[in-house]
Amino acid sequence: MSAPGFGYVLASDVADAVAQGAGPGAAFLAGGTDLMQLWKAGAKAPSRVVDISRLPLAEIACADGRLDLGALARLSDVAAHPGVARDYRLLAEAIAATASGQVRNMATVGGALLQRTRCAYFRTEGMACNKRAPGSGCGAMAGESRQAALFGASSACVATHPSDLAVALAALEAEVEILGPAGSRRMPLTDLYQLPGVEPEHDTILAPGELITSVTVRDAARLAQRSTYLKVRDRASFEFAVVSVAAALRLEDGVIVEARLAAGGVAPRPWRLGPSAAALIGRAPGAATFAIAAELAVAGAQPLADNGFKIELLRRSVIRALETVGGAS
Amino acid sequence: MAASETPAAPALSNDGRIALSIILNGQPCEVAVAPSATLLDVLRDDLRLTGTKKGCDMGACGACTVLAEGRRIKACLALAASYAGQAITTIEGIGSVEQLHPLQDAFIRHDALQCGYCTPGQILSAIALLAEGPCDHAAIREGMSGNLCRCGAYPNIVAAIAEVAGL
Repeated sequence: MSAPGFGYVLASDVADAVAQGAGPGAAFLAGGTDLMQLWKAGAKAPSRVVDISRLPLAEIACADGRLDLGALARLSDVAAHPGVARDYRLLAEAIAATASGQVRNMATVGGALLQRTRCAYFRTEGMACNKRAPGSGCGAMAGESRQAALFGASSACVATHPSDLAVALAALEAEVEILGPAGSRRMPLTDLYQLPGVEPEHDTILAPGELITSVTVRDAARLAQRSTYLKVRDRASFEFAVVSVAAALRLEDGVIVEARLAAGGVAPRPWRLGPSAAALIGRAPGAATFAIAAELAVAGAQPLADNGFKIELLRRSVIRALETVGGAS
Repeated sequence: MAASETPAAPALSNDGRIALSIILNGQPCEVAVAPSATLLDVLRDDLRLTGTKKGCDMGACGACTVLAEGRRIKACLALAASYAGQAITTIEGIGSVEQLHPLQDAFIRHDALQCGYCTPGQILSAIALLAEGPCDHAAIREGMSGNLCRCGAYPNIVAAIAEVAGL
């Protein structure tokens, strides 16, 4: 391994972590599953790693119509939590489809949301990538673009976000709590991410030293019985999504009264399918209704040379996910 | 998990190495490690426990699977310093030539390997999978997807694990 070494500091408490993390060259380490790969691949070269894995931010609380996930909760613990398995099945399914058993034991909620793109140009030294080396160009745009985004990309970056959990949480309209040198703030999960624009090196709005401390989902238990995470990938397990769809419905008297839809593998961030979800309201589930939602899901897609197939794949994935959750109960 | 109960900062020595204390295969173990060393490199290069294998070194192949506090992890993605105080189990700690672990015995009888390079990782991963309680062969295949076998011994690996699981 040729990557230069880094220093190590164990954060003594959350305030210490924020202070240490705000320093130049610092990188937070929780489970390490993404950071260690990025470091070995030369895509990130921290001078010092701030270990936050021992901070008391791993609690999972499921009560009174809300779910609070500590940012350091391990994915395997979240999926196995009885409250999550009962009331937030969409999250459990998304985690079960994530990586491998070993990785799920290491990876944390916060880390899963902040993992960086799997774009091969980003993760391969010597390739042009504006995300890794600003100004070096985007190799994927004119090169191998099969993985690339259909929505939200820019001429500087076409990479997709790889997190399954983020897609499921986006569908459930999760909020993240952030703590940093300037205090704490709370926002919808989807607002955490910023589209690449002309500065694709920043995936999120987090400032130096800022940490996700928790993720909250409210009032989603009523959607649990009709929710699913559909992940389409190149092999059956331990693979990132080509396209994924998180779907949740609530029906009253045979009519859809509530709908949540988000897609993965198609954009630089978890991509909420708001118009598709809105179009479902007031309609009876069925092929005609689902086709309307699927058509809206792909509206405005901007394919490159190799990823046009994702348009039809997304259309069909939306329909299949809705068929899964929209049938007779 | 014991992980949250040991927040003591590891001591730095003069040469910039960190004094790391772990419980290795049931025995207290102290070793000076580079701050950026992976648990895999510490096990193999510093502690000379070479049963844990380095395959891809990128978290993809599972050859480096060990147990941390009883849970399977990929040692190549584990920053060693972050595992201070934890109980680490490697292939050297689960059986011996005289007394094989039931999974080792089953792997041999089912011919669940060819070159054997992935086998320590397969065994450690399977130990943790058995604790998770797989319900059928499909669950074993899914649960073992983090361990690649380039010789393609998968059917026999699944059969060996299923036998020990009583499936």
